[in-house]
Amino acid sequence: MNARDQIMTRIRSALKHTPDQDEDEPILTWQYGQPTSMTDVVGCFIERCADYKAEVTEVDADQIPHAIAATIKKLGITSVVLPPGLDPAWRAAIEQTGTTICEDDSPMQAHELDAVASAVTAAAVAIAETGTIVLDHAANQGRRALTLIPDIHICVVLASQVVSDVPEAVARLRPSVDAGRPLTWISGPSATSDIELKRVEGVHGPRLLIVIVAR
Amino acid sequence: MSQLTTLPRDTDGRLTPAPPPGELIDMPRFPINARHELANTDQRNNLQAATATIRAKRALRVSEVPQWEDLRQAAKTIKDQVDRHLDSYLLQAEQSLTKAGAIVHWARDATEANQIVVDLVKATGAPEVVKVKSMVTQETELNEALEQAGIAAWETDLAELIVQLGHDRPSHVLVPAIHKNRSQIKDIFLTEMGQYGTPAPADLTDDPSALTSAARTHLRNKFMRSTVGISGGNFLVADTGTLVVVESEGNGRMCLTLPQTLISVVGIEKIVPRFEDLEVFMRLLPRSSTGERMNPYTSMWTGVTPGDGPQNVHVVLVDNGRTSVLADPIGRQTLRCIRCSACMNTCPVYTLVGGHAYGSVYPGPIGICLSPLMRGLDSPIDQSLPYACTLCGACPDVCPVKIDFPEVIIHLRHEVAEHKIRDTKPHLETTAIAAAGWFFAKGRRFTVMTWLSGLVGRVFKAKKQFGAHMPWPARLWTSARDLPIPAAESFREWWRRNHERP
Ligand code: SF4
Repeated sequence: MNARDQIMTRIRSALKHTPDQDEDEPILTWQYGQPTSMTDVVGCFIERCADYKAEVTEVDADQIPHAIAATIKKLGITSVVLPPGLDPAWRAAIEQTGTTICEDDSPMQAHELDAVASAVTAAAVAIAETGTIVLDHAANQGRRALTLIPDIHICVVLASQVVSDVPEAVARLRPSVDAGRPLTWISGPSATSDIELKRVEGVHGPRLLIVIVAR
Repeated sequence: MSQLTTLPRDTDGRLTPAPPPGELIDMPRFPINARHELANTDQRNNLQAATATIRAKRALRVSEVPQWEDLRQAAKTIKDQVDRHLDSYLLQAEQSLTKAGAIVHWARDATEANQIVVDLVKATGAPEVVKVKSMVTQETELNEALEQAGIAAWETDLAELIVQLGHDRPSHVLVPAIHKNRSQIKDIFLTEMGQYGTPAPADLTDDPSALTSAARTHLRNKFMRSTVGISGGNFLVADTGTLVVVESEGNGRMCLTLPQTLISVVGIEKIVPRFEDLEVFMRLLPRSSTGERMNPYTSMWTGVTPGDGPQNVHVVLVDNGRTSVLADPIGRQTLRCIRCSACMNTCPVYTLVGGHAYGSVYPGPIGICLSPLMRGLDSPIDQSLPYACTLCGACPDVCPVKIDFPEVIIHLRHEVAEHKIRDTKPHLETTAIAAAGWFFAKGRRFTVMTWLSGLVGRVFKAKKQFGAHMPWPARLWTSARDLPIPAAESFREWWRRNHERP
């Protein structure tokens, strides 16, 4: 018998006294996809996200290009990699800063990305209660390596993308998963507490996470 | 393509640091290991401080969620449903994974799982792999199997790296190097890193940020040249074939994203039925384990995504004793475990003794249940584990999937007793019970026994109880418990003296 069949046989024999459906079948009463009640969803997201030592700025929607360019100038960022589907207006503003722009059209190698200072992307969903940003790596966010290897990640979140809590986020993300896209949930910059439980920010992912929230 | 075809060997002639010698299952009984571990004052202090901190953080983050009890009940119910229909859910997961471009493998036991992984890595020609922390590959001792096949396996989680470079074993499922302090870690980095890759800077201090940055530099090169990644999985979603890895440092993202080949080794109990079920588990797990609202990074991937990440995706579904757990109607509930480690941090035995005494990669309350259930009761360590518990009842309160530990532990103690009766070897406990049975069987024998016990009582009249230093085998009892001196006069004698006419 091959391993698969044998494991199936073992499971069925382990369950032989557990009928397929009977009165012991546990009944799930959980309501999926429910929001968590809060007065200011976007405000809560900003507060929680900043709690993780992410740098959060809040701007009006028409100020996004300007806010991105200002961040790049303020930090003196010398190079940036852009996902192929980034909003053209954002791209134009970045070009004007004079920073070196790397395109990921023909995928860059890991060590090439390692030489790039930053990445600018959009997001898919944000979760207020936990201060989490979720990327579904659509064209305006780029493939996963883009937001992993460069040391600075500038991420733009639209107010309409912010939901109260995890259940609403999971419901919104289902279509991306059905489309075969990977998801990356980001809650602050990478961190470790492995040495005497002292929190140290910045291990392997970007050491600086800058979030621009557009109302 | 790999930039390296051969890797340097260390002074032991190995590719990766040698772990401590011996197999976990061959360790002596728990009390013997515990005595040894308790003598390590540093470890005890680190562990007490660390677990107290995590306990407080967890309590705070849990108190923020008004529906916490509903979430736990939902998680328990979902996992119970999975276990009752594990065969159908596994087949559904296999189908979803295959449809998404992953190749599914099945492994009955550790040896088979390791062989599958070794063969897959060999087929790529890679001399090394980067690994995300995973309990199941520790359980199967995959790193050693790879080393023997001439492949270097690099642990990339900071704590796992400390443990690996320190020729040590993890002592906690979440913070595996909790037993090491900063200066010990500094020494390990300084002496070991250079043998296996980028050395630590010579002026390394014991500041946690400096140590973390040394680890980042040491691993960076390994990530950039990696062609094969190996992971576990926190959850496997049956209806979409999505795998989930929850982490903090970003080493997981590196291993899951940069290599061309990704091999995920996943226990068959990791299933959740629907993608939507993650809304329950992603709320329970981070708060229960690290006491955070959310862990820094979670990766979810569904087979192969063209143009993004590994293009050869393998999933190895491992039994290795899990179906034996399923076959035990009371023990089955331990398959619900999502490895958050809350039970360990709250356990008065674990927080004193630490993870090394348990003879298993799973310590603490879940370990003393799961290890004997998975491995059987033949070894001294597994027979002793269900007794490494005071039945204080703290762990079921914190467990996010509501495992009823006292129920499982008492059941396992019964199983151990039964096992010893069936065993042909003589056991002290069963011999003592059999002897008592013989005395109780006949009135005359009983009289003789009470006379003997009265004699002992009269001889030791001056004492209240026997001390710790009794001769063997009585010492086994008195070393940790009181043994009162028997009464000088039995009830029968007293009755006869007071109520029967002369
Ligand atoms: S048994 Fe419960 S508390 Fe312990 S690690 Fe597993 S899920 Fe967490």
